[in-house]
Amino acid sequence: MPHIALPEGQPGIRGAMAFRPETAKPLNDLVEVLLRGPNTLTPGERELIATYVSSLNDCYYCQTIHGAIAAAHLNGDEELVKKVKADFLHAAISDKLKALLVIAGKVQRGGKNVTAADVEHARSLGATDIEIHDTVLIAAAFCMYNRYVDGLGTTQPRDEALYRERGKLVARDGYVEVSKTYIPAITAR
Amino acid sequence: MPHIALPQDLPGISGGFAFRPETAKPMRELAHILLHEPSSLTPGERELIATYVSSQNNCYFCQASHGAAAACHLGGEEIVQQVKTDFQAAPVSPKLKALLAIAGKVQKDGKLVSAEDVGRARAKGATDVEIHDTVLIAAAFCMYNRYVDGLGAWQPRDASMYAEMGQHLAEEGYQKPSR
Repeated sequence: MPHIALPEGQPGIRGAMAFRPETAKPLNDLVEVLLRGPNTLTPGERELIATYVSSLNDCYYCQTIHGAIAAAHLNGDEELVKKVKADFLHAAISDKLKALLVIAGKVQRGGKNVTAADVEHARSLGATDIEIHDTVLIAAAFCMYNRYVDGLGTTQPRDEALYRERGKLVARDGYVEVSKTYIPAITAR
Repeated sequence: MPHIALPQDLPGISGGFAFRPETAKPMRELAHILLHEPSSLTPGERELIATYVSSQNNCYFCQASHGAAAACHLGGEEIVQQVKTDFQAAPVSPKLKALLAIAGKVQKDGKLVSAEDVGRARAKGATDVEIHDTVLIAAAFCMYNRYVDGLGAWQPRDASMYAEMGQHLAEEGYQKPSR
């Protein structure tokens, strides 16, 4: 049971966002820019970073929904998503993305763990400053989203089919658009 | 030196914000709502939560700037130091102590927050919105702190700069750059 009276029938972050539409707006705007905005990293690559960090933080809801969204962007390749979570250095992804995942993993433990050598390695494999910036911020942001979802004790159903369907929907329509279906209009408190 | 080419002379998160205005906008809005807009927790109480979490994450820039904002709201730096060192002994309300205990758990891992932690806060008068906002402030500062440190942002050791920044944040909030 959630720690506070979240609206029923909305699992994970959706219940929390429906509870507090004021903060839901920038939370959705941020994830939309980071994971779907114009970028030289594909939406699939960025969802893999989000999924990997969420798995390190052991947040069931976030790693499952973002894993499903990643798979939807990557031709339904759920095996690739699993491989990135388990052992990304041996996954079928670019060397550049592997170097960015190393940085993301260090940010997850604490930003100060990122070294000049980590950044130089990513750059030598073609990463741009914006890609490095966005990797750091995606990793940092999921340290927020994961704690928000777990810290409120949100409901996180163990039903992968549910996440798979939702993942296709979010991959198609985006975070902000889909949020309009479950977040009430902001009213004066 | 920062890990990427951030605009020079902008300390801490300001460099990341100027480098990438597209992500700065929602990050500023989130901080503004959580820390500055009307709430049954005072801005000073909310800045103390942000400062405490930033100190637990050992982020110099964030704990100095939000500590300065908290000091500005609360009329002194001593209470800020006390909250960072040992909030249970600090002169803050029992409700805020219970919320700080929740924030400290969120900083480590959201799953550590227990029904007992929440029950204790509620027994001291905390509302569901206050508990929600405490969890989200703590979670959000786990983002801001990692963002600042992960980019290797410039974090000057300059007390007067943070005092000035804290006053700006206390008065104006987070929508506009402080310098």
